[in-house]
Amino acid sequence: MPNVILDFEKPLLELENRIAELKQYAGEKGIDLAAEINLLENRLRELKKEIYENLTPWQRTQLARHPERPNALDYFKLLFTDFLPLCGDRCYGDDPALVGGIARFEGVPVTVIGHMKGHNTKENLARNFGMPSPEGFRKALRLAQQAEKFGRPVISLIDTPGAYSGAGAEERGQAWAIANNLFAFSRLKTPIIVIITGEGGSGGALALGVGDVLLMLENSIFSVISPEGCAAILWKDAQRAPEAARVLKLTASELLSLGLIDGVIPEPLGGAHRDPEGTADNIRAEIRQRLQELRRIDTEQLVAARWSRLRRIGCF
Amino acid sequence: MLKDLFRKQKRYITVRPGTVPEREEEKEPLWIKCPGCGEILYVRELEKGLKVCSKCRYHFRLSAPERIAATVDDNTFQELDGDLQAVDPLSFPAYRPKLSSAEQETGMRDAILTGQGTIEGWPVLIGALEPNFIMGSMGCIVGEKITRLIEKALKERLPVILFSASGGARMQEGVFSLMQMAKTSAAIARLHEAGILYVSVLTDPTTGGVLASFATLGDIILAEPGALIGFAGRRVTEQTLKEKLPPDFQTAEFCFNHGLIDLIVPRNEMRQILAQILSLHSERG
Repeated sequence: MPNVILDFEKPLLELENRIAELKQYAGEKGIDLAAEINLLENRLRELKKEIYENLTPWQRTQLARHPERPNALDYFKLLFTDFLPLCGDRCYGDDPALVGGIARFEGVPVTVIGHMKGHNTKENLARNFGMPSPEGFRKALRLAQQAEKFGRPVISLIDTPGAYSGAGAEERGQAWAIANNLFAFSRLKTPIIVIITGEGGSGGALALGVGDVLLMLENSIFSVISPEGCAAILWKDAQRAPEAARVLKLTASELLSLGLIDGVIPEPLGGAHRDPEGTADNIRAEIRQRLQELRRIDTEQLVAARWSRLRRIGCF
Repeated sequence: MLKDLFRKQKRYITVRPGTVPEREEEKEPLWIKCPGCGEILYVRELEKGLKVCSKCRYHFRLSAPERIAATVDDNTFQELDGDLQAVDPLSFPAYRPKLSSAEQETGMRDAILTGQGTIEGWPVLIGALEPNFIMGSMGCIVGEKITRLIEKALKERLPVILFSASGGARMQEGVFSLMQMAKTSAAIARLHEAGILYVSVLTDPTTGGVLASFATLGDIILAEPGALIGFAGRRVTEQTLKEKLPPDFQTAEFCFNHGLIDLIVPRNEMRQILAQILSLHSERG
């Protein structure tokens, strides 16, 4: 049971509590309440379906930002074996908001990188809420270039509100670091699979987003600006973020139909935070298939195809 | 006459309908106050001096056509892809009227002017962002025109110069604009592999998604004095830090002091410096 319950999940919580109470009561008193419990469990399933199949863009935004949603290190553990964290940009420092290293995916060595959020305030303070500084982006690039050298595919997981906007980040060239990743990833001579697992916040997300395949989890978002920021600009009222979430077309299904991403990975009913293992299973199946396809293409063709995908975006 | 001063009744000028003179405000103002030093400047003089304050050297913003005119040799500029019209791929609220009024204000179809010309005789492909067209923001058309310019450079092996003046990615085109950052950067990566020169000039203001893509990928990065150059808005940064930032934060000088750009070049020397760079790259070393 998650600790953080979103508004639209409350009816589910009530029902789940009722079922738990009934089960406990039946157990204590030795009464057979199976029929009643069964009825409520059916109702719960229906309600879940009803709620999660009709989520508004804002509700998906809330799910994408859910503090208990699996983060990069959770997924590394669920998807890979032999994960070896590698640190530092060899220039200034190591950024805890961006993690990476080498691991095995179903036996095959891969390089993994990802934005790293925490599950609570303490963790988030240590991880800077998943907002990388230039050294984080430079570490990601260093690891990707290492992957190229050793012929390893890169798996990149995106989950960030955006790049960090502190004075130090500006002094050390935040924009330069992001641009350089876009530049270098576009020509990297090894397959790159990008998966947006949570929040895909603007340039800070895109810095890990150039690859051969761009996938999104069903309840993740990808946007040029946060709904709050957009509402503040459009209507001078950040409270209207739910409306902004609608007009920005930031959900996985909308972006797929606009041709901006290559696929949507389904999440178990209730969202990734209610079933991390089930979510990881779906991601694993997708990585397996995509990797198989990408490894068959020769490197030069791969890089040329990566360019043509980008080249087409925004031509109408 | 003296006794007129003591007349009780006020005297008015009578104006016949149809002869009302045009209101002065509607015409171009004759005088402008310099934001740098407060000096009142004569507009015609200011324009003759490339819109740089004669007293404090404050650099006023240039429109894209003004920028091109100030940079390329007279009568050599040929516009490219001038027919590309802004699009509204998300049917975003209030975007179409915003585009129309930007078009009316600037006489441009989107926020960039690209073309071919010469600088001191050196042939070059050149682009300038228009700061007055929705803050010079980059949407699909800006990304596309830059990409086409680069593709032409690849084909004809000509150097590229881009003048940036932009608030960043264009919110109204959503992820389409965000992806223009990747598209333009990837295009420059191809230019890089082909060994073709790209000079980026940062002018006031260069921020957000434009700074975090093609603007910072120049072989050589120049900036105009005093230009605002930064990734996140100053207010955002101040809110993040909860403290006041130094006055030169996110200026050309700040970037120079932190090793992020090559040179700060005053506007009246820009043509000459660009010509020198083009000349130094006209043959292999």
